[in-house]
Amino acid sequence: MLKTFKLGGVHPAENKLSADKAIEKLALPKSVFIPIAQHIGAPAQALVKKGDQVKVGQLIAQAGGFVSANIHSSVSGTVKKVDMAPDASGYPKQGIFIDVEGDEWMESIHTGDDLVTDFQADSKAIIDKINVAGVVGLGGATFPTHVKLMPPQGMKAEMLIINGVECEPYLTSDHRLMLEKGSEIMVGIRLLMCALQVNKAYVGIENNKKDAIAHLRNLVSADSSIEVVPLKVKYPQGGEKQLIKAVTGREVPSGALPIAVGAVVSNVGTAFAVYEAVQKNKPLIERVVTITGKSVKKPSNFLVRVGTPVQDLVDAAGGLPEDTGKIISGGPMMGKAIASLEVPVTKGTSGITIMPAPEAKREVMKSCIRCGRCVTVCPMGLEPYYLMTVSDKQIWDKAETNRVMDCIECGSCSYTCPADRPLLDYIRLGKGKVGQIIRSRKK
Amino acid sequence: MTIVYTIITLSAIGTLAAVILYFVAQKFKVYEDPRIDDVEKALPGANCGGCGFAGCRAFAEACVKADDLASLYCPVGGNDCMSGVAGILGLEAVVQTPKVAVVRCNGSCEHRPKTNQYDGALSCAVAASLYSGDTGCQYGCLGCGDCVVACDFDAIHMNPETGLPEVIDDKCVACGACVEACPKTLIELRKKGPKDRKIYVACRNEDKGGIAKKSCEVACIGCSKCFKVCPFDAITMSNNLAFIDADKCKLCRKCVLECPTNAIIEVNFPPRKIKEDLPPKPAEKAEKPVAAPKSATDKNQPDNTEN
Repeated sequence: MLKTFKLGGVHPAENKLSADKAIEKLALPKSVFIPIAQHIGAPAQALVKKGDQVKVGQLIAQAGGFVSANIHSSVSGTVKKVDMAPDASGYPKQGIFIDVEGDEWMESIHTGDDLVTDFQADSKAIIDKINVAGVVGLGGATFPTHVKLMPPQGMKAEMLIINGVECEPYLTSDHRLMLEKGSEIMVGIRLLMCALQVNKAYVGIENNKKDAIAHLRNLVSADSSIEVVPLKVKYPQGGEKQLIKAVTGREVPSGALPIAVGAVVSNVGTAFAVYEAVQKNKPLIERVVTITGKSVKKPSNFLVRVGTPVQDLVDAAGGLPEDTGKIISGGPMMGKAIASLEVPVTKGTSGITIMPAPEAKREVMKSCIRCGRCVTVCPMGLEPYYLMTVSDKQIWDKAETNRVMDCIECGSCSYTCPADRPLLDYIRLGKGKVGQIIRSRKK
Repeated sequence: MTIVYTIITLSAIGTLAAVILYFVAQKFKVYEDPRIDDVEKALPGANCGGCGFAGCRAFAEACVKADDLASLYCPVGGNDCMSGVAGILGLEAVVQTPKVAVVRCNGSCEHRPKTNQYDGALSCAVAASLYSGDTGCQYGCLGCGDCVVACDFDAIHMNPETGLPEVIDDKCVACGACVEACPKTLIELRKKGPKDRKIYVACRNEDKGGIAKKSCEVACIGCSKCFKVCPFDAITMSNNLAFIDADKCKLCRKCVLECPTNAIIEVNFPPRKIKEDLPPKPAEKAEKPVAAPKSATDKNQPDNTEN
């Protein structure tokens, strides 16, 4: 019997079209736009100005606070300008434009592909290196990794959980990374364990990636401290709290962080980035991005430099299909539609899903038929229909008491609703508003 | 016999309960100023919250408690209603100029091309929480009609042709519900001019001129021409955007003529006499005749006068 989380969940069609496509390096873009806020927390402060020459891996924006991350140049060339440009949300955000000239790397970075397994077991040194390299959680939330590795006073991590679930339909970047960079990920996991001073790590992988499970099991056969846990395929198992429940059976209390139950969760992509940061001195300047969709000519997994416009990926995957209805940054469940192909790939972009028009179309909202399916599938045990109503009617106190802040925005409710109600859209609105109210109360 | 006993017992219980209730009511009696009821009767009873209180009763209580009515005003009832309230309370009413809501966006489908399609929940608040909007202008109207839903007085409607909301001046009571509802803060309460005339900058775009003009033909490009031409210092420029202070504006319409993008709108004015010697508008791009946006402005006029 495979492990999984108990409450709710759905199983959308997997559509992992690019699962057997090896990771390819995407050709260098002509120019990049690197936003200075690619992580949760304070935006970084730009260190370069117009006309500066930069190399690959050079620090171009310094972390703007404790919960923040450094940003490095992903290309070599000249800084064209430091200016505002629309990001995926369409609102202009500050960022650095660089015209690409050649591909000259910083001397401190080891560019070879050789596996470096030895490291000094010094927690502080490892965390420092991760901090300097600007590593953030690559699962999508982009929480600065060095902050995660320093639990608050009085809390102690007992275990590390590595998230190789990739429950989002279509996306395969983590799957490919596990198959191709398994040994590196293992070193990354050991580094993270050392930084956290824990003796146990679990790697949670859904059972639809049997090859990855077999590969990683093979790699850890000699090491009892790391355990590969196959999980039943169920969305949203990749959610931090769901994964902890699935792997350990522990439940993170409402409003608390995973560290409250002694767990720290990191994505496999993050583990790989940690390996590169510590063993190769390589900052987080590129990541694996899946570009996929039913009408896409060549669904692929590309190793992409941060700041590359989405247009380049689309071109490399055989161009934009004619029947395109929506271009989504991320997967179809949690991703966000983007309005322009000029939007850059950032540290948090795990994939680009191109949906054909008939599939992308949202049905007209009908009246709630009180079937309660949204309540059944909510993995956080919330009542989505109720949260939607109170958000629509702007009854923020009711939204707060009904734990709107616990919503992980997985979209299972909207997915399952037979009346096509945009539950998550409204809940997200309420979450934003209630979050504001809570923050203003603290001040 | 049973029925007699029943009646006697029930009557006894009833009498006892009435006596207890009477004494309890006397003991816990809450004194309420009778003037509150009077004031409430003098109010329109719309319970719209335009005064800033939770309904007319709450406003009446506040009026009775207040030492002077300086900060209390019912926008629905207006000056007449407030003088009535002042009469009841023996205070002096504040006379305020009546206001009306104006929508400061003129980016109709024709002027502001769509760059993407939005098919999410039909709510401006939701759309604004997701992204910048379905046109190139991140400041402009989203067209989902949250202001229409918010209006208790049926005073604001979406025009299907332009995709923009239109205010019916006579119905608008300036309660401010639409101002609150608009996530792009496009709606402003402006002083009602004589004969409902008004001149305002129908744009909130703070982008630099080139970017603004690219996303919308009738955007304010921050050229400051109106600022320079205004004889009454009524226009201020900030963040590439002009703003006309309704208190200072004397409705001379010089700025309307000066504006190269027709971002400044005049409403309820008699049509201008067409003069041959009128300075031709500096057309930025030859491909779009200047008459097009102008005619749209003109089109608005009869609409509003009718109302």
